[in-house]
Amino acid sequence: MTLILAAAHQPGWLGQAIDLSVEWLLANAQGLFDLIKVSVLALVSVTEMVLEWPPAWMFALITAALGFWRVNGGFALFVLLGFNLVLSMALWSEMIATLSLVITASGLALLIGLPLGILSARSRLVWRLVRPCLDLMQTMPAFVYLIPAVMLFSTGAVPSILATLIFAMPPVVRLTHLGIIQVPDDLIEAGRSFGCSDRQLLWKVQMPSAIPTVMTGVNQTIMLSLSMVVIASMIGGGGLGDVVLRGIQQLDVGMGFEGGIAVVILAVILDRLSQSFAGRRGSSLQQRLRAWMAVWRSS
Amino acid sequence: MQSEISIESVWKLFGKSSAELIEQLRSGADPEDLHASRGVRAAVQDVSMEVRAGEIFVVMGLSGSGKSTLLRMLNGLISPCEGEVTVKGRSLNSMTAPQLAELRRHQMAMVFQSFALFPHRNVLENAAFGLEVAGIARKARTDRAMQALERVGLAAEARKRPRELSGGMQQRVGLARALALDPPILLMDEAFSALDPLIRKDMQDLLLDLQAEHRRTVVFISHDLDEAIRIGDRIALMQAGRLLQCDTAQRLLQHPANNEVRRFFRDVDVASVLTVEAIVQPPPRLSVCDVGEPLPDDGGVAMYVTDRLQHFRGLIRPGLGWVDMAAIKTLSIGTSVKAAIDVVATSSEPVPVLDDEQRLLGVISARQLLLAMEAGG
Repeated sequence: MTLILAAAHQPGWLGQAIDLSVEWLLANAQGLFDLIKVSVLALVSVTEMVLEWPPAWMFALITAALGFWRVNGGFALFVLLGFNLVLSMALWSEMIATLSLVITASGLALLIGLPLGILSARSRLVWRLVRPCLDLMQTMPAFVYLIPAVMLFSTGAVPSILATLIFAMPPVVRLTHLGIIQVPDDLIEAGRSFGCSDRQLLWKVQMPSAIPTVMTGVNQTIMLSLSMVVIASMIGGGGLGDVVLRGIQQLDVGMGFEGGIAVVILAVILDRLSQSFAGRRGSSLQQRLRAWMAVWRSS
Repeated sequence: MQSEISIESVWKLFGKSSAELIEQLRSGADPEDLHASRGVRAAVQDVSMEVRAGEIFVVMGLSGSGKSTLLRMLNGLISPCEGEVTVKGRSLNSMTAPQLAELRRHQMAMVFQSFALFPHRNVLENAAFGLEVAGIARKARTDRAMQALERVGLAAEARKRPRELSGGMQQRVGLARALALDPPILLMDEAFSALDPLIRKDMQDLLLDLQAEHRRTVVFISHDLDEAIRIGDRIALMQAGRLLQCDTAQRLLQHPANNEVRRFFRDVDVASVLTVEAIVQPPPRLSVCDVGEPLPDDGGVAMYVTDRLQHFRGLIRPGLGWVDMAAIKTLSIGTSVKAAIDVVATSSEPVPVLDDEQRLLGVISARQLLLAMEAGG
């Protein structure tokens, strides 16, 4: 019994090969990793600085206003109450730290994922190469990304962001690809018959038609980023994940629960806001303002 | 008239096409066998036709006859396996992709059966699409698109989304999108087939009106023979990828090349296809006499009087004398037999048929009318 357990802990030939290649990368490409580290760190620091600049009440008001514009009044109210709860739990700076990690990681994921999705839709060869990579990225347990990330970039925000980036990128690539290839044939034909070049066809016909699907991918990427950023607290990502992790380590149910609630509030706000860009809104801002005015007067 | 588009022995096979397969088909192989054994579908087989400038040319056939494929070869959306398509004297075969795009932007615009409007654009932006692709500045293209929308009666809906409109209105947008480019050639792929019969008739009228204002070359695909007869100057009948016959509706009816053509016209209302000049008979008597001379007496038959240039002046009714042309019902060429029935039936003598310059071509009696309709049916 002990023998088998001991054998299971040894990496097989594949594991050894990966160990070797990571070591080789460390020995030979340290400069490149340093460069990546410095630039990602700069990016996340700037993001955090910007998010920390307004006081909590102003941040909450701005977000609530955005929520009222894009979603509805009830959601704006939720934003105010939710942020108030986070503030009262004294988790505001942790939430901002998590938010800046999410924004940086999903921003980078979109920056790479969107062009990759477009390219996959336009070239069958690219899609054939990209698809198995996406499958691998999505099915690999999330924790596995943390190990090489730590080896290459040590601990902290940078490896957290890079692990998150890999974990969160597949949906936006997949859904951009899907959105473009499922544009109806007759629209493509209409575009062509009016003399569209390939580029015009992409930007005037395919992308505009694909926007709802692409935005669903963007939404999923943001949500996956949030879930991974929490896990990445194990390698020192910081933020709300850290609170949850401490709750686990100290068996402090209250602390863990508080961290969890803050994550949920952030998740709901990010989800509704990013989803509001996916479809068309039911009624215009003007209509909703008028409805609210009516409610105000009648009460 | 010069030919605007010419198609010369064009072949299109879908699937693994090859010169050898075309050769087999040319020497009489059955396309059905080829489909079964090689998975190759022969969509267009050895079709040649000329479309003249300014005419409405209807390509008519049932589904699967290859007519839509043929249309897409005219603007290069589909390229033929063999044969040549020439538009305004330039062969499409030798054109590069940018040249083809230029041709589509400036020479021809297409209207689709499914409308194919862009859901993310409003009506005005849809109408301006072709101009936008051609690189026309925003102000100019908005003006031109608005004019096109006004022409099809949709100026009030410019800010709406296509899905807020009915089918007929959507196709008006499709038509406006094509008209905004002011192309010399219009390609219409079963453009009115998806519409209700009444709306379809409205759209046909709109097309005929547009054509009366400004003659374009229109290639119109249809599976509806009534539509083809109504709007087509000439009709090309296609069946199973082959061209059966290409001519005016009247000549197709009177001189069908084979039984397939005859079958197409079996249920057609002959009286609405035939025009009066096809059944006109020479007037009963021609004699020359001068003013002042006593009239020759002709024992009970009306006499038709023209001047020296054959311009119709009036007639002499037996026993009643001179009747001036102003008091006589006449028929002009181009009138359908159907429209002539009423005139002929209520006239006491055979009705004179005049050409555009009021020259007497001949007369039509009730008897001839009935005989013609009987023979055609």
